Amino acid sequence: MASRQFATFEVADQLFGVEVHTVQEVLSYNEYTPVPLAPPAIGGLFNLRGQVIAAVDLRVQLGLERKELEGPVMNVILRGDGEPVSLVVDRIGEVVDLDDDTFEPPPVTLSGPTRDLVVGTFKLDGRLMLALDVNAAVDTYRATT
Amino acid sequence: MEDLGEIVGEFLMESHENLDQIDRDLVQLEQDPSSRDLISRIFRAIHTIKGTSGFLAFSRLEKLAHAGESLLSKLRDGVMPVTPTTITTLLATIDGVRSILAAIEETQAEGDVDIDTIIAQVNAQMNSGEAAAAPAAEAPAGETAEAGTPQSLDETPARPAPEPVENQRKPIGEILVETGAAQASDVGSALAQQIEGDERKLGTILLDEGKAQPAAVSEALQAQTPKRSIADSAIRVDVDLLDTLMNMVGELVLARNQLVRGVMETGDATLVRSAQRLGMITSELQEGIMKTRMQPIEHIWSKLPRVVRDLSQSLGKQVQLVMEGKETELDRSLLEAVKDPLTHLVRNAVDHGIEDPETRTAAGKIAEGKLTLRAYHEGGHVAVEVADDGAGLNVERIAQKAVENGLLRADQIASMDKRDIMAMVFQPGFSTAAKVTNVSGRGVGMDVVKTNIENIGGAVSVDSTPGQGTVWRLTIPLTLAIIQALTVDCGEQRYVVPQVAVLELVFIDGQSTKIEYASGAPVYRLRGKLLPLVRLDRALGLEVGGDQGVYIMVLQADGRRFGLVVDRVLNTEEVVVKALNSRFKDIGLYAGATILGDGKVGLILDVSSLARRSHLAPDAERQNLEASARAAKGGGTGERLLVTAVGERRVAIPLDTVTRLEEFPRERIEHAGSREVVQYRGQILPLVRLSHLLGAYGEEPEGDTVSVVVYSEGARSVALVVDRIVDIAENSTTARRDAEEDGLVGTAVIQQRVTELLDVRRAILAADPNFYTDLENDELLVEA
Repeated sequence: MASRQFATFEVADQLFGVEVHTVQEVLSYNEYTPVPLAPPAIGGLFNLRGQVIAAVDLRVQLGLERKELEGPVMNVILRGDGEPVSLVVDRIGEVVDLDDDTFEPPPVTLSGPTRDLVVGTFKLDGRLMLALDVNAAVDTYRATT
Repeated sequence: MEDLGEIVGEFLMESHENLDQIDRDLVQLEQDPSSRDLISRIFRAIHTIKGTSGFLAFSRLEKLAHAGESLLSKLRDGVMPVTPTTITTLLATIDGVRSILAAIEETQAEGDVDIDTIIAQVNAQMNSGEAAAAPAAEAPAGETAEAGTPQSLDETPARPAPEPVENQRKPIGEILVETGAAQASDVGSALAQQIEGDERKLGTILLDEGKAQPAAVSEALQAQTPKRSIADSAIRVDVDLLDTLMNMVGELVLARNQLVRGVMETGDATLVRSAQRLGMITSELQEGIMKTRMQPIEHIWSKLPRVVRDLSQSLGKQVQLVMEGKETELDRSLLEAVKDPLTHLVRNAVDHGIEDPETRTAAGKIAEGKLTLRAYHEGGHVAVEVADDGAGLNVERIAQKAVENGLLRADQIASMDKRDIMAMVFQPGFSTAAKVTNVSGRGVGMDVVKTNIENIGGAVSVDSTPGQGTVWRLTIPLTLAIIQALTVDCGEQRYVVPQVAVLELVFIDGQSTKIEYASGAPVYRLRGKLLPLVRLDRALGLEVGGDQGVYIMVLQADGRRFGLVVDRVLNTEEVVVKALNSRFKDIGLYAGATILGDGKVGLILDVSSLARRSHLAPDAERQNLEASARAAKGGGTGERLLVTAVGERRVAIPLDTVTRLEEFPRERIEHAGSREVVQYRGQILPLVRLSHLLGAYGEEPEGDTVSVVVYSEGARSVALVVDRIVDIAENSTTARRDAEEDGLVGTAVIQQRVTELLDVRRAILAADPNFYTDLENDELLVEA
């Protein structure tokens, strides 16, 4: 049985996961430069070792309120298409090994913006993890209104 | 070395590299005699040297390389086997080539390196190889030759002695005495001291005893070090490596900043000094690394005089090439990307732009045409212009051709701006050349130029005056360039403005200097002339601040001048422009981002697009500038008017009430109640047709788009629909009479035509009855 490794994190108490190979690094950062007139899901820009990284607020992408970028905020930095891009999350979870048989497509009752970002559900012990579509999650031009 | 022509210099550098490679390959070939790949590679390299030396008229070098090549061709064709002897002979040939190159580098002539012996050796080798095909017998002969046993071939050493200059160092004392920097007797006594066991260096002794000047000694030390040859003074480095280095230096700068801040707090004087020193070194290191990627545009221009010369001769034209701003530096990768488009534009200008001498003389111009290349920094970009003084573009023919090719419809032409029509030449497959030449006219080219420049985030435009010439303009971004910039505060954030765009700064105290409003549009009286203002906070959609205690940055971009209102101007610094993620391109207000001194990301404002977005359409404003230039010449100081066509009538609108000129596709017009509206920047923009308002019913103009004049104040905007924007004119006439007609304030004669002056307030109220009421409330709030 094939298994995959997922990096997990929480946003609004829901556990999400992305495949480990899409993640460059995870770090906490506390100074963000807002970009006026940018799409609402852009939390801001920050400096990652001389590289300018856009932080995408996953809450906005999920149709929730913006996260206040004050104090340290956790970033999951994804390799992205050509350049890294960061997902702003609430809390970092563990890296988990998941068998494909714990996978199910997203429940039909799941609707709204979240539905567009989620490719499936993994049944963990005691809770569910939603696997994110990495490209959709960082696509800030997706209609989030 | 400096006197060497560039081509010779390049040849030397390239050949040195090639020779080193040949050396390695020959040695490898000895191990692996059957490798045809190696033989072919060596053959090609020698062939290149032969070819170039022939071209540069180094006949002896050519002869020698030719001999080597002949021997190699025998090996390649399998006529002769590869033996250590042949390798040795080939190496000797390579060394001969090397000594000639060294002679060229030093004296610019081939010198008297003995090539005949080597050639004889090669020939002997070829003959014996073919006749005997007994390499085993030959081998020891070659080896002994190397070892130095007497042999007929030995009269010339297989490897010529190294150049004498390189190894022998002249004693420093001798140099000092020769240059008169020290007395022979002092040097003598210093030497005596050394012999007696003084371990200091000679120069140090002389310095310590005050017998010589420090400057003279260091000069002598430099003279003592042998001059580096071309091959040693330049190396090729992978650009990726430089990028990595640059990122690391960026990190170093940040770490330095943090360290300095920490050390300052401790107040330890020694530590502070060390930290400052570290800071200086870091800055210099950063500068150095950045410079490695920058090259003057001269690099790609240097080949153009030849292109122009050859082309103009073959076409029977006389062209003088003028270059301005050669030293303008560009990132290397951008330079590469600009090279081909630029060459194409130059060829095109010579072929199509500049007329032949007869036509020029007939047109009253001097027979010799002038082609000007100009490069300069502007608004955070590098502009490169190719300007000719030829016949100019034929707008009618372009329009006609565009219609023939189905790019435009005939009815669109009338309302189109001349420059928009000219821009059609950038469409694929577009050529108006009457005949196809081998240079241009095949309809490939301009679209490729456009694509190439747009690929690197630049832009191409063309402007032309019939009979006076054409200007092609490339605007190239500074993706990785370092720019001088001003940091400013607006709201809570810090922004970066390229310094090239900044003309001056004005502090507004609200007393002696203040912002005024001309019918709602903020302006500032800069030395008696009105400067239109753009509030940065408003342009960025932030909360709008007050008018006091702020700064106006007088900016210039794309030939437009305006004032940018910011909260605070902090300081100037050099920043590295980092390209911004493509997801921010659509915003259009940012030219890039940078890492500020405190490690935070700062956004670099795109001055041109700020001007464009917050101001008038570029063409209108350009004409506006021209108009004001004309007015300045004439001494007129009347108000500036935007002249529009409404049906058969000409209606003028005071320019300072105009926010923007726009074109909307007809199908975007929607209806809200009895009113016509369009969606515009997330707002509903009410439209009022001036033709209806003024009762000028007539034929509705055909076409897919409508021209509108947008008037905005605060969050409210209205648009006045006109048939066409005609011109911008100065109303210096006094021939004005009050109009009896509703909606007008009077009529005047402008540009020899009777023109009606619009009552803007009334027109706006017709579009949005609440326009001013809300506004006045807003203003009250601000003041309270």
